[in-house]
Amino acid sequence: MKLEKGIPLIDQHDENGYWGGKFGGNQIAESLNYPIEELTREFEKLRNDETFIAERDYYFKNFVGAPTPFIKLENLTKYLGGAQIYCKLVSKATGGAHKAYNAVVHSLICKRLGKTYIGGDTGAGYAGKMLSMAAAKFNLKCKIFMGAKDVERQSINVFSMRSYGAEVVPVNSGSQTLVDAVSECMRWWTSENEKAHMCVGSTVGPTIFVKICAWSTAQISREMKKQVIDEFGEVPKDMKLINCVGGGSSAAGFWNEWIDHDNVELIGVEAGGPEGSSKHAAPLTNDSPIGVLHGATQYVIQDDQGEIEETDSISAGLDYPGVSPLHCFLKETGRARYTSASDEEAIEAFQLVSKNEGFVSPSLEPSHAFAEAIKIAPKLSKDTIIVVDSCGDSAKDSKIIAERLGYKI
Amino acid sequence: MTSSTLIKSFERAKENNRAALLTYTVGGDPDKKTSLDIFRSIADAGVDIIECGLGHGANIGDGGAIQDSTHRALSNGIKTNDIFEIIEEFKKDYVTDVIIMTYQNKIMAYGEDDFLKRCISSKVSGIICVDWPWPLNLDFAKKCKENSIVFIQLLCPTTNEDRLKSILNDAHEVVYYISMLSTTGQKLKVSSDEIKKRFNLIKKISPDKKCIIGFGITADTINDFKDTDACVVGSALCREITRSIDEELNPATNVGNMVSDLKQKLSS
Repeated sequence: MKLEKGIPLIDQHDENGYWGGKFGGNQIAESLNYPIEELTREFEKLRNDETFIAERDYYFKNFVGAPTPFIKLENLTKYLGGAQIYCKLVSKATGGAHKAYNAVVHSLICKRLGKTYIGGDTGAGYAGKMLSMAAAKFNLKCKIFMGAKDVERQSINVFSMRSYGAEVVPVNSGSQTLVDAVSECMRWWTSENEKAHMCVGSTVGPTIFVKICAWSTAQISREMKKQVIDEFGEVPKDMKLINCVGGGSSAAGFWNEWIDHDNVELIGVEAGGPEGSSKHAAPLTNDSPIGVLHGATQYVIQDDQGEIEETDSISAGLDYPGVSPLHCFLKETGRARYTSASDEEAIEAFQLVSKNEGFVSPSLEPSHAFAEAIKIAPKLSKDTIIVVDSCGDSAKDSKIIAERLGYKI
Repeated sequence: MTSSTLIKSFERAKENNRAALLTYTVGGDPDKKTSLDIFRSIADAGVDIIECGLGHGANIGDGGAIQDSTHRALSNGIKTNDIFEIIEEFKKDYVTDVIIMTYQNKIMAYGEDDFLKRCISSKVSGIICVDWPWPLNLDFAKKCKENSIVFIQLLCPTTNEDRLKSILNDAHEVVYYISMLSTTGQKLKVSSDEIKKRFNLIKKISPDKKCIIGFGITADTINDFKDTDACVVGSALCREITRSIDEELNPATNVGNMVSDLKQKLSS
């Protein structure tokens, strides 16, 4: 399996939609073949359409708030010693996370398709919140599928979604988390695809959804590349980009422009779950078997019967048993390295970063990435640049973190 | 050979001037023994072909009733081997054809070749795999054919004519027409006439292939499909199993009665 240089990562799949001939694809019911073909045609047209790009950039700049800050974490760097730690503060994007990019693009596509109804899945609630936000702006009727367990633990985002006028559907099947929300959303789209568009909230699902999402979040690295050059005058000789990986949408976007830069190390951090638990959501780190989930072939946590196993993570956004085919491909080609951080390490990282930096208060998802940075930074020289994608803000997790730390709010 | 027995099931129904009746229930729902009793009861009620679900938790095509059945079977620890054992046991006493309906990950996890071997040893006649569309399924379909198992290709209202022709060209003796865009068990949202129009188009392109019509068919509408090749009732039966369990009644007896009624409606 080989990565090609000079070709966008999202286009390095074969005619059947498989990256490396193996990951991704369209393993879908026949009823979804037509809408997926239609969406594929439309997207390929739109991504080459200057007016569409201008429209996307307009909303990214004026509504999402691009570019998000690229800052040095001076205090954390000093505290840890070793590598210089920077942060791409994607949590400053409107809504508090990277999910706004995909939501805006899908809403624009929905309109171009002449559809007035959009549905999507959500785990931590960010994808659903941003989609509801964009749907309100673009006058689209919106339906969000969310695992009942997530509805409970991410109630702040649920409130936001409902405020934006979206219908939030709690999914009670299976583990009642993101995996079930995605299944239910795909079932809904099977019935409604003639009049409705589906937004998959991460770089998962059939190939076209992986592509649209990664194309959207690529904004993160596109703007960051300029910021890095402004800061250092050139691409640093030794740079490490650390990002959390659940479905993998923020990492795909954070890394996109750097794939061809061999001196830039890409490190993905999965959810290790509670210490001592075996139900970690880390299919790449733990070499889970390859299987088919939500229409795509990927590493997926499953039992010997092919049943998807429950995962357990303090972070709802990383609590997904599968992972993007893009990351399977990056792992297999050796371009990216994947590891995991436990719930406890994430909480500690949250505390350390918040206490040292104030302006940076990562949600539980990027706290996993910070945990890895905290682990490796002291062992590295000051010539090494570590950049962590702080892709979500901790506000939504206040309740969980406070409870964990013994506060009552 | 196994596959020719499947065709004979269609032909026998045709001789009686009706479509063949297929039932869908989830194998192992609610447990191994009851599931076998249900199969026997359905067969005694005169079903032509039994479609046995090998349920998958992360399915993307099942409606609520079938999800409930799947959940019950899986929660009771039903494994793929249990499904094969139920079918094997059933086939000891019955000639009724059994086809398996499942999802790709179940076959992958078992191993394609092992899955087919076990299909042969338990006398499974055909396989439907919901999330393994044409042309991605062609290699596996070929393996099925080599083992005299019919791989049943799926068609739907939005399969355009070119694709329809290509799929039919590669299809084995039997295909399955998903009558409407939905998951299983939703109310029929297209007219029976529209479904039959599409059925006739399929038959015009491939007169020799048997076409099963499924999704949304109930006791109320089944007679409309009398002059087609075959139709499936599934969710209504799964709901009946749920009701029987909830009311502490015998699911096998109740599902059997329901199938007798369907058969009669299809024959009248």
